[in-house]
Amino acid sequence: MVTRFDVERRYLALKKDAEQAGYFLNPDEDFTKELVHGLLVNEDRYGFASCPCRLCVGPREVNLDIICPCDYRDSDLAEYGTCYCALYVSGEIAEGKRQVEPIPDRRGPVPSECLTAQQKAGAPAASAPAVPGPLPYPVFRCRVCGYLCARDEPPEKCPICGAEKDRFEKFMG
Amino acid sequence: MELIHVDGKDAGTITLYALSTCGHCKRTRQFLNELGVAYDYIEVDLLHGEAFDEAYNLVKKYNPHGSFPTLVIGSEETVIVGDRLKEIRAAIGK
Repeated sequence: MVTRFDVERRYLALKKDAEQAGYFLNPDEDFTKELVHGLLVNEDRYGFASCPCRLCVGPREVNLDIICPCDYRDSDLAEYGTCYCALYVSGEIAEGKRQVEPIPDRRGPVPSECLTAQQKAGAPAASAPAVPGPLPYPVFRCRVCGYLCARDEPPEKCPICGAEKDRFEKFMG
Repeated sequence: MELIHVDGKDAGTITLYALSTCGHCKRTRQFLNELGVAYDYIEVDLLHGEAFDEAYNLVKKYNPHGSFPTLVIGSEETVIVGDRLKEIRAAIGK
């Protein structure tokens, strides 16, 4: 059961993180807290904070892209000034100079094979591009914020945005 | 698959496919309530098994992207995706 206190606490934490990292939460506080409530419900229900405005079917591995902040947030902020659910918005919208409009979802529908009890693994990640010579270390990219690091394994958590290790993809090497 | 009925004035068949956690779906429902029209809704994320498959296949029939809220209005089955309140008002007022 998600309480108002839980919502308030998470809202303040998200707001602080957003401000420190140069992002903005939606200035419509009541609406934003509805979204935070949805995130917390999903966290209870699925074990991870999947987007409140997207359908989550199957285990974490096939829904990594829609764990908030989702893989699509930065592209949607750049193109539309809002992420899909409108938890995060551009500075212009945060200042009230522009309104949030509904935007299309970059993620397609839930694949039909997920609609039965038999869950399939997610699509394989695109293979890392070839590089001219051998690299001393592979390069990993955080899908949430774009942070790159050259090391044997991705970090446990992204040092920039705090995303978990499984949100990293191999970028080079 | 059982739809939940909300009483109101008859404006034809109105069906809202929603997610229980989604702020835009909630806003759409509140707007329908303010308009005072009768409608049916279903929260797809709360369904399991066959009921889930049936509901989500319907959503994709009306909105191939399978996103929420998907609102289906009237005998002509006008589909509005997202909380586009002005469009919803116009479609219901027809």
